[in-house]
Amino acid sequence: MSERTTTQRIDINELKSGGFIKQTQKDLFTVRLKVPGGRITPEKMLKIAEVAKKYSRLGYCHLSFRQSVEIIGVHIDDFDNVIKELSTVGQKIASCGPRVRVPTACGGCEYNPNGIMDTQSKALEVDEKFFGIPCHHKFKIGFSGCPIDCTRTREMDLGFQGVVYPEWGKDLCTGCTLCAKACLEGAIVSDKEGRPIFDLSKCLYCGDCIRACPTDAWKGKKKGWLVRVGGKHGRHPREADHVANFLPDNKVNDFISATLKWYKENGKPRERIGISIERVGLDKFKKEVVNPMLKS
Amino acid sequence: MADKETVPDGKIDLRGVLCPINFVKTKLKLEMMDSGQILEVILDDGEPIRSVPRSIKEEGHKVVKVENIEGAYRLLIKKA
Repeated sequence: MSERTTTQRIDINELKSGGFIKQTQKDLFTVRLKVPGGRITPEKMLKIAEVAKKYSRLGYCHLSFRQSVEIIGVHIDDFDNVIKELSTVGQKIASCGPRVRVPTACGGCEYNPNGIMDTQSKALEVDEKFFGIPCHHKFKIGFSGCPIDCTRTREMDLGFQGVVYPEWGKDLCTGCTLCAKACLEGAIVSDKEGRPIFDLSKCLYCGDCIRACPTDAWKGKKKGWLVRVGGKHGRHPREADHVANFLPDNKVNDFISATLKWYKENGKPRERIGISIERVGLDKFKKEVVNPMLKS
Repeated sequence: MADKETVPDGKIDLRGVLCPINFVKTKLKLEMMDSGQILEVILDDGEPIRSVPRSIKEEGHKVVKVENIEGAYRLLIKKA
């Protein structure tokens, strides 16, 4: 070991940006690991377990609220080894502080029957492109595959939720009424022949009617992302504003870039984007970020 | 269209059976039948009629008839 001393060689703020969080115990830190979308391979889990067993001086891990695995009680002298050993399976360290955090996501459409959009591949892509970008405050992005919204996109600085627009064709309809039974929102009621009367104003775009229909009379006309901005949790929670519907999948990155740019220009230090929006007005955000995005 | 099929090859009454047991029982019953045969299933209103037909569709079978019978539903399912 070198002769560097603990107090001289470590900049606490620098550490925090790297996902090392100071604990109450002297020289012990929480090491927050990056798990985009909460999906992790058994190989990584095994390595994390091995590293945690070796270096956690308190003997446990914590599953964070935003899908990270945190190794608790890592001594400052062990940082280099922890990073090195985790990197053998490609396991990276997450972040804290005023920057874009690791995106969260639900299980997604690959195996969940409710899933409309592919949240997992989006979370990986967005992590790759935006993770760690400095902001006025923390910036949390989340993806939910459907309106059940397991990722709680209403609490995200920027949240994306899958939606599908249902379209009914009378030729294939047998009047079975299963769509009206399937719709939890009362957006579909059956007429005398059992055929659906659709009330768009009540529709959440979940696609339950499409899944229920035995003859494919209901089809998905288009899929995309419902976008929410300005949500947060903490001492003073704020529900995000719904700002866009059916944003195409290939526009998500552009939307994030434009939002981050707007936040940089309109926000203040230590101010979450939801508060910036309250201060300058949601209309300004819509005009400068959302409208150009939906037009182009 | 479904009239010819109203004589089912098998029957299962799932009134009072909760999700997802009702679906599992339907699935097991269908497994014992041949492709193209018709199974009659009676399901309660509410969660069962909301969930079971959708799961049957996901498994590739076809609901060919739905009939409302006093607070419950009679389905005819064609095995894939």
